[in-house]
Amino acid sequence: MDLLTIVQILESTLRLATPLLFACLAGIVTERAGIFDIGLEGKLLISAFFSAAFAYYSGSAWVGLLVGILASVVFSILHGLASITFRGNQLISGVAINFLASGTTVVIAQSWFGQGGRTPSLTGDMRFGRLDIPGVSALADVPVLGNIAQIFTGHSILVYLGLLFVPLTWYLLYRTRFGLRLRAVGENPAAVDTAGVSVVRMRYAAVIIAGVLCGIGGAYLSTSLAAGFVREMSAGRGYIALAAMIFAKWRPWQGLGAVLLFGMLEAIANRFPNLDLGIITIPNQFMTALPYILTVIILAGFIGKAIPPRAGGEPYVKER
Amino acid sequence: MSGSQTMPRWADVLLVPLLSLLLAFLISAAVILAIGEDPWEAVKLMVSGSLGSTYGWGYTLYYATNFLFTGLAFAVAFHAAMFNIGAEGQATMGGLGVALISLMIPWPHWTIALLGAMVGGALFGAAWAFIPAWLQAKRGSHIVITTIMFNFIAASVMTYMLSHVLRPATSMDPATPRFPAATNLPTMSEILAPLGISFSRSAPLNITFFIAIIATVGVWVLIWRTRLGYEIRAFGKSGPAAVYAGISPVKITVIAMLISGGLSGLMAINNVMGEAERLVLNSVEGAGFIGIAVALMGRNHPAGIAVAAVLFGFLYQGGAELALWTSIPREMIVVIQALVILFTGALDNMVRVPVEMLFRSLRRRN
Repeated sequence: MDLLTIVQILESTLRLATPLLFACLAGIVTERAGIFDIGLEGKLLISAFFSAAFAYYSGSAWVGLLVGILASVVFSILHGLASITFRGNQLISGVAINFLASGTTVVIAQSWFGQGGRTPSLTGDMRFGRLDIPGVSALADVPVLGNIAQIFTGHSILVYLGLLFVPLTWYLLYRTRFGLRLRAVGENPAAVDTAGVSVVRMRYAAVIIAGVLCGIGGAYLSTSLAAGFVREMSAGRGYIALAAMIFAKWRPWQGLGAVLLFGMLEAIANRFPNLDLGIITIPNQFMTALPYILTVIILAGFIGKAIPPRAGGEPYVKER
Repeated sequence: MSGSQTMPRWADVLLVPLLSLLLAFLISAAVILAIGEDPWEAVKLMVSGSLGSTYGWGYTLYYATNFLFTGLAFAVAFHAAMFNIGAEGQATMGGLGVALISLMIPWPHWTIALLGAMVGGALFGAAWAFIPAWLQAKRGSHIVITTIMFNFIAASVMTYMLSHVLRPATSMDPATPRFPAATNLPTMSEILAPLGISFSRSAPLNITFFIAIIATVGVWVLIWRTRLGYEIRAFGKSGPAAVYAGISPVKITVIAMLISGGLSGLMAINNVMGEAERLVLNSVEGAGFIGIAVALMGRNHPAGIAVAAVLFGFLYQGGAELALWTSIPREMIVVIQALVILFTGALDNMVRVPVEMLFRSLRRRN
């Protein structure tokens, strides 16, 4: 494997990790507040569609991004309604949201564009362009350094936004009063309630933040990674993000590590359909399944123990 | 399932689900209206397409057979307080079991082949459920996450098996060769012909339908008439209380999931052996997830599940007809399915609480 191949793989690692990163951070925020969110997949998908559709109508990727975020937030409020206000089963709500996204995107796309559940191809400003980091691009002609610089420059602005959200999420969770309360709501909601903080409001805030994050992730899928929406384009990324979240034990920095690992697996699987290691050939399917296998192993506690927030999945009933 | 004291039983098992269903259908109608189609015409088309002929019924009940298996699978695990979201993967693996049994063994007659395939499908499905169950019981890993992961792993295993192992060398298509003719199950038209009843020849409904009915009764007997079923329900209601009563959580978790996975795996005799007569990619087609909706709507009771399975069979066949004759895409049924899960499952209290209040105020007035 030569340097160029490695650079290409790392470059596409960063690209493929970005949607996972947004969804993973979204999962961390909601689950830290005690709300299970297996609807990440659906939120990515609904946002991917609405971003592409409105980027197409308006001619601007930014408008698309905003509408995508809005759609994703509507879905997360629905999740909040079911799991916070009506104290329903959060898992069932997540399953419903995933199906709702999967069905409505195709139905609406077919009705609006009549192209078999896809949007027209996005061109020019309808997509987020490549952002060249000025100083880094100057290195392009330097032999090895230039290649390494190539990994980090020339991505969509949303890639950098995603990287920025890692410290932001960390700061929000660990260095602000809001974050302390949010984490407390996920561990011991009764104590937070006793302290005079509204559990319901905290949980809605968490769910809406997750909606915004998934919204950006979904917009990235259809307006940066691809040029338009195709049906089921989230392709299980919401679930891989869920896996990454557990892998990272519900912590933002480790989340970045996990999505980079899973992104790299995907990049390698794309580059080498059958990975020949000399002695054995690893089939593509194994690389595809590896994130899921790793998550099962992590979850089983064979490599460290993944302990979820204590009040996760339980609706809070205020004492009277 | 709370609040049965505040309202009569019929309201709990009939009125609330029906109201939820009505809400789901109203919103579905609004969606159809929003995309510029006539909901009333759509309903008429769905009814005539799925219930208007033996062909329609043949498809409706064929789908219902699939959903019965996966719905029962979900319910058995749910009674033990487990959310088995992995029926999709378990049914996929069941398909592998059925295919291996049908292809590897030279069966003399379909009757024995069917028994063999049932064992194969159930064993593979149960084995796929065993690992998440064991991890939940012994290592405390959440069954929802592990079963989701196992769905994806099953899909990868299936892609590998079909493209590398089971595909005939002469074919490009990732699928097994056709099963030998001796393993082909009798279709409903073949079963009914000796009785002088004519039934559509092209509909995929087959003898598995009757096995699904037996399984439905079997699950009822298991859950409400056996010691094991009692233990499953007791454990599901309260883990600590069950332990206090001498019920082993590990044993119940594993057994309930084995039964659940086995039922999912059994589905494969319908779609793989009965219909396709070979194993193809994505043979389950989401039936594992529809089982969740079916079980929720049927309140996890076999009788309710049977009704819900037929309803979803109707939606599936009707949806296919819609896609054929109107510009409403087939995915409309996914929307309806999502709304049914949302209203009968997640937003249950939204309907239940007002109905309870209504009954309470009625009682006060009397």
